[in-house]
Amino acid sequence: MDNKPESEFLLDIRNLSIDGQSGEEWLDIVKDVSFTLKRGQMLGLIGESGAGKSTIGLAAMGFARPGCRISGGEILFDGVDLRELRRQEKRSLRGARIAYVAQSAAASFNPAHRLIDQFSEIPVEHGISNKVDADADAIDLFTKLMMPFPDTIGFRYPHQVSGGQLQRAMTAMALSCRPDLIIFDEPTTALDVTTQIEVLATIRNIVDEFNTAAIYITHDLAVVAQMSDKIIVLRYGEKIEEADTRIMLSDPKEDYTKSLWAVRSFTKSSEPPEHEKVPLLTVDHVTAGYSSKEMILKNITFEVHRGQTVAVVGESGSGKSTTARVITGLLNPKQGQILFDGEPLPADYRKRTKDQLRQVQMIYQMADTAVNPRHRIRDIIGRPLSFYLGLTGNKYEQRIRELLEMIELDPDVFIDRYPGELSGGQKQRVCIARALAAEPQLIICDEVTSALDQLVAEGILKLLDRLQQEFNLAFMFITHDLATVRAIADRVVVMLQGEIVEQGTKDTVFSPPHHEYTDLLLSSVPEMDPDWLDNMLKSRVNTSDLIT
Amino acid sequence: MSEAEIKTSLESADAKAPPPKTSKWDEAKLELRKAPLSAKFGLLVIVSYVFAAVFAPLLTPYGESEIVGEVFMEWDEVHILGTDNLGRDMLTRLLYGARNTVGIAFITTCVAFLIGGISGMLAAILGGWTDQILSRIVDVLMAIPQLIFALLLLTIFGTSIPVLIIIIAVLDSTRVFRLARAVSHNVVVTDFVESARLRGESMGWISIREVLPNIMPPLVAEFGLRFCFVFLLISGLSFLGLGLQPPTADWGSMVRDNATLITYGDITPLLPAGAIALLTVGVNFVVDWFLHKTSGLRDGQ
Repeated sequence: MDNKPESEFLLDIRNLSIDGQSGEEWLDIVKDVSFTLKRGQMLGLIGESGAGKSTIGLAAMGFARPGCRISGGEILFDGVDLRELRRQEKRSLRGARIAYVAQSAAASFNPAHRLIDQFSEIPVEHGISNKVDADADAIDLFTKLMMPFPDTIGFRYPHQVSGGQLQRAMTAMALSCRPDLIIFDEPTTALDVTTQIEVLATIRNIVDEFNTAAIYITHDLAVVAQMSDKIIVLRYGEKIEEADTRIMLSDPKEDYTKSLWAVRSFTKSSEPPEHEKVPLLTVDHVTAGYSSKEMILKNITFEVHRGQTVAVVGESGSGKSTTARVITGLLNPKQGQILFDGEPLPADYRKRTKDQLRQVQMIYQMADTAVNPRHRIRDIIGRPLSFYLGLTGNKYEQRIRELLEMIELDPDVFIDRYPGELSGGQKQRVCIARALAAEPQLIICDEVTSALDQLVAEGILKLLDRLQQEFNLAFMFITHDLATVRAIADRVVVMLQGEIVEQGTKDTVFSPPHHEYTDLLLSSVPEMDPDWLDNMLKSRVNTSDLIT
Repeated sequence: MSEAEIKTSLESADAKAPPPKTSKWDEAKLELRKAPLSAKFGLLVIVSYVFAAVFAPLLTPYGESEIVGEVFMEWDEVHILGTDNLGRDMLTRLLYGARNTVGIAFITTCVAFLIGGISGMLAAILGGWTDQILSRIVDVLMAIPQLIFALLLLTIFGTSIPVLIIIIAVLDSTRVFRLARAVSHNVVVTDFVESARLRGESMGWISIREVLPNIMPPLVAEFGLRFCFVFLLISGLSFLGLGLQPPTADWGSMVRDNATLITYGDITPLLPAGAIALLTVGVNFVVDWFLHKTSGLRDGQ
């Protein structure tokens, strides 16, 4: 670190305002936000999407996205206003003294270069180090970040390492010039809980060790509780509340903050109905895979009863979505069969009757790609009505309006809109309406809430719960988010590498004794307690000591 | 659900109403006003060509192949651009040329897009063997240089207008096929197509209602470009004597017929060539603007 007298604050943002372009006019997307950050401190920025978190994060580097401009305020980094600096001067700061870790490491690495070459590029470019030293430093950092095979992993290409490892490599890359400030923009959002915990621990250790200041941007409250010393809650580009983490958690002042804190409290109100003799859906000893050699699903058996929610839980790659593909008939199983209402369903969806297809509907994770952007909401929801039920004219129109009301969207406003004009949550609601329109008995929900903000996701879960009671629907909920499972499931199926390791009612699965994998999953879900990560890591170290 | 319940739910996080609607017509007018100068110029060129093509008989007192005077007359008040090698009015021929060359090029491009677009979408949606067979046929067609192949086929089948249109359309549809197949591929893998398949929709619905609207922007842009190529190819063929046959007025053959004048320093034979060049430039300007708009590219940064 340099010897010149340091100002008290490494980063001092005063009255920052940022405008975004919308068509012809400029709208303010960040309004008069001020905060300070000392060395060694971690600041958590939380808020829903569109709250301006990332925009503020980028502004801390003196950068505004295309279509945005910094319209007012000062960004003092180590006493220098970044807004006054010229392009070249800012460029020499970025990477060297301020680093940025993006949400999707997979999209941020160049797939054509080895990790270590991309690592060394920055210090060499900034003239801080030469290639040989930088490579040595990379291996050193990989070791510190507890990456497997630190000596050789750098020589792999990005697609040859896992998502969690890539995210850690990205953190290492951000550290390559020993920056004074690192901005983490949702670094763990795309990761499984079991991987997330490692990345979180790594980030915290590194920040402590190098006395780096950091801004941690996330929408996950439990994560921010572990990571930051101080939290700022943002909404619509305005600072709602700022406090030290412990104070903020124990005693939030503003209503909005309280509502964010209360989100995780939703649980299903009703008891599941009694099992009927014949389950609605039976997945009977199914083995399936995409190639003839490797099986993604190995001898899977479970049942879904009418009016029940079955949650299928597991990490990415555990075969959850493949199970859905087998049920819907997109993938033919190698062995086993799918029974619907006691009757075997043809394996291929093309051989199923219209009525069989109607009974099982699907809601997807990404509502953006699940609805045709060139169709109006009317046509999206109306198509199953005319296709399956043969509705026309007034009845057709009337039913679309009913469905829109059912998903709590005003028919007069929304019926003639295109999906592009809707928010993420609204689009997901439209997908729900489309599934409902077919009047199915089973709806498969594939990670329906994981792309949504917590408040919005909560709204969707409540809606699904209400619809289930109204229409006695069965849900198969595919998710990696255990909070969702706790909220809505009646039964839980835990999957690991294509096999079911545990299944049963929610209470049996979630209360001890667990299968060891269930235990690992459950214990990896961050809790709001700021000491959770420390305790967790301590207990993990102990167990691994015991084993070795 | 009661009024009150809707009210409260509207306050929930994702019930914010979208921005007010603007009509398609207003939007189009706004876009046009914001269009760059080059695009406006291009549009002007295209509009004036269409005008000339449609109203050719009204704009000139002479017939298309009517001999009105001496051979190779100078420019004067009666024959504004003089006469050609057979004594026909040059301006009249130029106006009718717009009708013939542009009209035929337009029809040809449409046919090419019909063939290429449909087969490209089918290849993408069906995949497997259909895709393999169609793609390999296209590979074979593309392996032979287009102009030479066209010359060959025209010599075999003769040079009537329908034959000309079909041959060029088939040869050009290979390029359209490749584009349509590539862009359809990106759409076919989306969840909404999967959801349509699972609904049990027919091939026709999937291709026309689900896929086609989403591949329109690149196809429309390509239409402009392909139109230019087809247009140039027809003119080229006519120049070589295998395109539109006399006495039909055509810009390509007009250049050839009057080429001798160039030796005497007269630029009249170059006017049809200039007309071809101007239209090509105009169409390209418009296509550029359209591509820029639909691909979401932004200026600067």
